[in-house]
Order: sequence, then C-alpha cells, then structure tokens
Amino acid sequence: MISLAGRDILQAWGKFVFTGVGLGLLIGVTLSMAGIYRGMIDDAKVLLDNSSADLWVVQKDTLGPYAEPSSIYQDTWRGIRGMPGVARTANVTYLTMQVRQGERDVRAMIAGITAGEPGTPGWPPYLVAGRQITRSHYEAVADIASGFELGDRLQIRRNHYTVVGLTRRMVSSGGDPMIFIPLKDAQEAQFLKDNDAILQSRRRTEANPAFNKPGSPDLLGAVIDSQTTNTYVNAVLVQIEDGYSHDDVAESIRRWKRLTVYTRAQMEEILVGKLIATSAKQIGMFLVILSMVSAAIVAFIIYTLTLGKIREIAVLKLIGTRNRTIAGMILQQAIALGVIGFVVGKIVATLFMAPIFPKYVLLEPLDSIFGFIAVVLICVLSSVIAIYAALKVDPAEAIG
Amino acid sequence: MKHLPIQGRTLALLAVIVPLLALFVYVGLRSGPLAPVAVTVMTVESRAITPALFGIGTVEARYTYKIGPTFAGRVKNLEVHVGDQVTAGQVLGEMDPVDLDDRLRSQQAAFRGAQAALREAQARQTYAQTQVGRYKRLFAAGSTSDETLNTKQQELAIAAASLSAAHENLARTRSDQEALVTQQKNLQLIAPHDGVVASRDTEPGTTVVAGQAVLELIDPESVWVNVRFDQISAAGLAKDLPARIVLRSRSGQTLSGGVLRVELKADAVTEEMLAKVVFDELPQPLPPLGELAEVTVDLPALPVAPTISNAAIRRDGNSVGVWQIVDDELRLTPVTLGVTDLDGSVQVRKGIKEGDQIVLYSEQALTSRSRIEVVDRIPGVSK
Repeated sequence: MISLAGRDILQAWGKFVFTGVGLGLLIGVTLSMAGIYRGMIDDAKVLLDNSSADLWVVQKDTLGPYAEPSSIYQDTWRGIRGMPGVARTANVTYLTMQVRQGERDVRAMIAGITAGEPGTPGWPPYLVAGRQITRSHYEAVADIASGFELGDRLQIRRNHYTVVGLTRRMVSSGGDPMIFIPLKDAQEAQFLKDNDAILQSRRRTEANPAFNKPGSPDLLGAVIDSQTTNTYVNAVLVQIEDGYSHDDVAESIRRWKRLTVYTRAQMEEILVGKLIATSAKQIGMFLVILSMVSAAIVAFIIYTLTLGKIREIAVLKLIGTRNRTIAGMILQQAIALGVIGFVVGKIVATLFMAPIFPKYVLLEPLDSIFGFIAVVLICVLSSVIAIYAALKVDPAEAIG
Repeated sequence: MKHLPIQGRTLALLAVIVPLLALFVYVGLRSGPLAPVAVTVMTVESRAITPALFGIGTVEARYTYKIGPTFAGRVKNLEVHVGDQVTAGQVLGEMDPVDLDDRLRSQQAAFRGAQAALREAQARQTYAQTQVGRYKRLFAAGSTSDETLNTKQQELAIAAASLSAAHENLARTRSDQEALVTQQKNLQLIAPHDGVVASRDTEPGTTVVAGQAVLELIDPESVWVNVRFDQISAAGLAKDLPARIVLRSRSGQTLSGGVLRVELKADAVTEEMLAKVVFDELPQPLPPLGELAEVTVDLPALPVAPTISNAAIRRDGNSVGVWQIVDDELRLTPVTLGVTDLDGSVQVRKGIKEGDQIVLYSEQALTSRSRIEVVDRIPGVSK
C-alpha cells in the first residue's frame, strides 16, 4: 500500500513545506496570543506569590492595595499580630511611579518592605544576583526587567538608592517591574512629592492665619512638622499559623478590627477578575479572531492545493480509485500541513516572539496540547470543502 | 536510476523535517514550565564577620540657647547677625523700653510720696504719745474723765499702726522701684555662653511675646548627630562604639566619630532607637544643623562561624531555610540564623555546616520537585 498523500507531497514538497511554514507563523502568533493572556494572569499571580502573604489587611471597604488606594495606620499591625492564628505580619506600601537613573527613567512599582530578615512577608522571595537589603535606608532590590544593574544609583523622589540585588519575575499586575526599598523610605516617597511641592505647601501653611498666629510662634513649626510625616501604609500582609483556617482568621480581623481583609482566593479574584478583566477580554477576542482567520486560511490553502491537482484526481477516479482513498489523501495532506504549521508555530512563538514581546508571555504545555488539537480539528474541518470539490470532479475531465 | 530523484527528494525533505522536529523537542523541553531552573550555588564557608548598624540622623547642636525677652515688648535693636561669633556676657541686642522709664519715674515719685507719708505718720504718732502722757497726768489729778484718757490711748494705738503701715508702704514702693530697675537692665539681650548666632528670628521693631526667641545661639563645639536606628536591627547598639558618618552634602567623605550615648527613651511611633553620635574631629566648615547624615556603627567582630549570603535564605511556611544540594537533590534545610553584617553575610547558628552546597540565586522560586541546572550566572544578569 503506497501512501497517495505522501507521494503527492513529495511531488512538490518545497511548496508544501513553505505553505506549512507560512501557516506556522500564523499559528505562532495565535499561540503567542494565548501566551500573552496566560502571562497576564501569571503577572497577577506572581505579584501575590511574591508577597508571600496569606491575608491582605487593607483600609475598610476598599479593594486595596493593588486595585484601589488603601491607607491604614502604620501601627495597625500590632493589633493584628495579637489576633489568634496570626503568625507574622508586615507593613507594605505600593506605589507605581517613574524611577530615574541619570537621563533615563523606568516605570516601576515601588514596594516598601518592612525591616527584618529575608523571608518577611513582602520581601522578594528569591534573587538572581546581589543580596537582600540590609540597611534600613537607601538600598533597593530591583527587578531585572527594569534594566538596572547591581551598584546603580536610582533616584526615587528626593533620595538616591543603591541597587544591591536583582530579582526576576517580580512585576506588578500591570507587568511593571518592581523595586523593593525599605518601608520608611517608601512611606516618605509616597508622601513627599518634591522639594518644590514641599516649599509651596509650607508657604501655604504660613499664609494661613489659623496656623501662623503671632501669639503662638511655635504653632507653625508644629503644623509643618505634622504635615511632612507619613504614618500610613497601604496594607498589612499576614501569614497564618499552621492549623488555622484562613477564612476564620480573616473573619475575626474583619469583625474585631473593622478592616477589610482579603484571602488569597479573593485577592486573585480581584486581580484577575477586576484589574485585568478588560485587557484579558481584548486578548481573548484577538485569540478568537486569529483562530477564525487561521481556519479560513487553512481551508483556503487546502482547497487551492486540491484544485491545483484536480486533473490528477480525475485521472485517479478514471482508473477506479475509491472515493475514500481520495478523501483520505486530502485529509492526510491537510493534517500534515497542520502538524508542520504547529511545529513551526510553536518554535516561532517560543524562540522569537516570547523573548522580544514587551510583556511576559507564558506558553503552557497544556495550552500547546490544546492548540495542537485545535489545529488538527481546524485542518480536518477545512479539508471538508476540498474533499467535497474533489469528489464532485467528473472523471471525464481527465481526458477533456 | 529511476529511484534516485525520489530518494534525493526524500532526503531533502528529511533534512528539513528532522531539524525542525529536533528544534521542536528542544523548545518543548528547554523552555517554559518544563525547563530546568537555572541556579547558582555557593559553598558555605566559615569566616568572621563584622556586623554593623546603619541609621540616619540629623546634625544638631547639643547646646542651643534661645535668647528672648522676659516680658512682651518690642525689639529695639539687634547687634549681631547669623554666623557671628559671640562671647559670654556680650550684649546682643536691646528691647524697646516703651513706657518703662515713665513707669520708673512714677515709681520714684510714689517712693518719695511714701517717705512723706511716713514722716506724717511719725508726727502723728509723736503727738499722740505726748497727748496720752498729758491726759494721764490730768486723770491722776482728777481733772479729766476716764473716757477721755481712753480715747487718747486709742488715738496713740491708731497712730502707731499707721506708722508701721507707712513703713511697709515705703518698703513696697522701694521694691517696686527696684523691680523696674531690674527689668530695665533685662532689656538687654545678653549671650549666656560663647557661641555662634544660628538664627535671628525677628528684626528690630517686631513685637514679641514673653519667652519668644529673638536670637538662637549654638555652641559649635557641641555639634552632634541625632541618629535613628530601626529597633529591629539595632541589637548591640551601645555607648562608645566607633561610628562612620557620611553627610549628605559630602557623600564622598567619611567622617569618624563615636556613639556618645544611646537614649533611654525610644520613639514608640516610628519604632526607632535614638542615639547621639559625636564627631572625633569637628568637620570644617561646620555642617549646617538639620543636615541629613548616614551613620554606620561598627560592632565588635564576631568569631568564625559558617556564613552564607542573605540572598540564599528562603521561607517555607513557618521555617526559614536554605535550599541545600545533597547528591544532586534539592532539600530545604531549616536553619537558625545569627548576626548579619551590612554586606549581606549571615552567620548560621544551626542547620548547615562548612562546605555544604546551597542554592544562592535561582531563576524562579524552587520546590523540592524542581529540576535544576547549575550555572555560573543566572541568564540575563550582566557581569
């Protein structure tokens, strides 16, 4: 038994392979699109993973700290630390801003981490170079995606920070690289705009007769001092002792401390379901459109290929080849095309598209398997029209 | 002969398909979640570390003299400006007496009036004394009534009381007058100590309330740094430890100093400990008060112990540990950590020993099932 499909492909394999490569580029884009979607969800999840928290305690009735601004007093953690089931607590601040280094600036999420030892909630859980922060001021650990290197001096607001460590895959839910700095500096960065703004604010206070009374000359100084301190943080990260239910501990903090508490599952719901919902839908839409376009193109290619050898098919019919054999040949070719396309697409997506794409592209093996099944199915369905055309051919055309 | 072209074609096809498939398999296994995690490995070594504490503070003066009037008034003139050196006892300025001189004259008049009143009281008392003597004799002779004698005796007692009241009134007016003279002397703002004028808060003509500072004087010899150390990393902070001070305006220059004292009261709100650090030698020119200073306090060196980098520390649940490589297998070994120095070296008290291989950096978070690939440097990290 000789393979008709194989024979036919060998007849013009160059054309066939090139068609497959072309199709592969299209499939590569589709796979990358799925990868971008997975990457977005992964960005949201690594943000939660990296904070290594079980619970997020935030300002009452807010979706903080990632999806909405939240501020609570910096000593709130003391009360939470005393609740049953709480193993560790840590203050944290998040602020997305431009970080300057010489001429260039990078959009980054500044995370203020509470002083302590590595492993404290909020600290980067692993590094790729350098060391963790040891000084309580003016040191930073930056994500490698920010382009900073060890020893670089960054400027955040008014202060300069030395990069002492590098991390990888520490990003905000929007994919911005994170920069970790000590909490006290971060609180100041969050509050102090710039020298000009401080000066203006001082002048405003001075001009207010309520704060600048001639009879009490010290009042102005006290007011200005109280204006330039920040005693707030964005959230308290809580780790729970073994044997306690996350929901129970969350509920008791909610009830007795009158703060809003999110568990890991709720936080994921906020990040994935609310924060990136629109962009995820956009990507999903593109994925659907691309799949439809790919299907149409595969159908078109196979139909053209079949029409190109319509005379040969007529001859086959004339010599009495069964319809099943002809249909099988077209189907096998379609599937072969799909397989080549998938292989090329996977290679292209992994080696070329993922590394150069500005956002994180996560190609999951399971997605690839589903992609492969989808490609084969699309090829099978698209070959139906071609098979229908082939079977309709009049054997007389072989001579006519 | 007929087979050759087909075989050639098949070979060519294979030449394209096989590398493609090989690439595909490579891509599938070497990238994405199936790929091994690149890690770098360090060997635990025993060495001594010199821990240090890091804090920031502001330059302050130990002795600040705020000089101002003791009563509300107007500044008449100020002799000194910011930066002027002054000596103890020097007159720095003067307050406007306003109505003080008039009040003094009025007081002097009141004093003289009191003297006159005293004389009058003395005259009255002398006269009353004489009258009582006379009426006693008349009464003895029986030529006056008992009642009249009693009246004269009462008049004498009243005159004596008036005399002592006049004495007291004179003393009061004298004291009032002296008080005004003292206040007149106090109109001068006098330097209590040698020092430098640090600020001149008001100008002549300004009305100030009692106790408000007109001039601020500092003792430049007493400049120190008020340093704040985070409580969590302030273990070992003590008096007399050597310190290195970097002023924000002179960031390239490290000045030496020492801890003068650790404050007994910490800052409860910011969770910081306070300490005063003095310069071994005062920097010239003098740093402005309020300048930010970074202070590193060196603690005594610790004995040799197994030491790791703090980048190797991971937390898993409730335990802190390091990923140890034993027979090419990953194992999270719990460790008890000791002291850290500022370069990120941590001494390990318990858990691992010298010569153990542990994971220092990793490309992503590790689990005990992770496949690892040991590299010299994590991809993407430049030298």
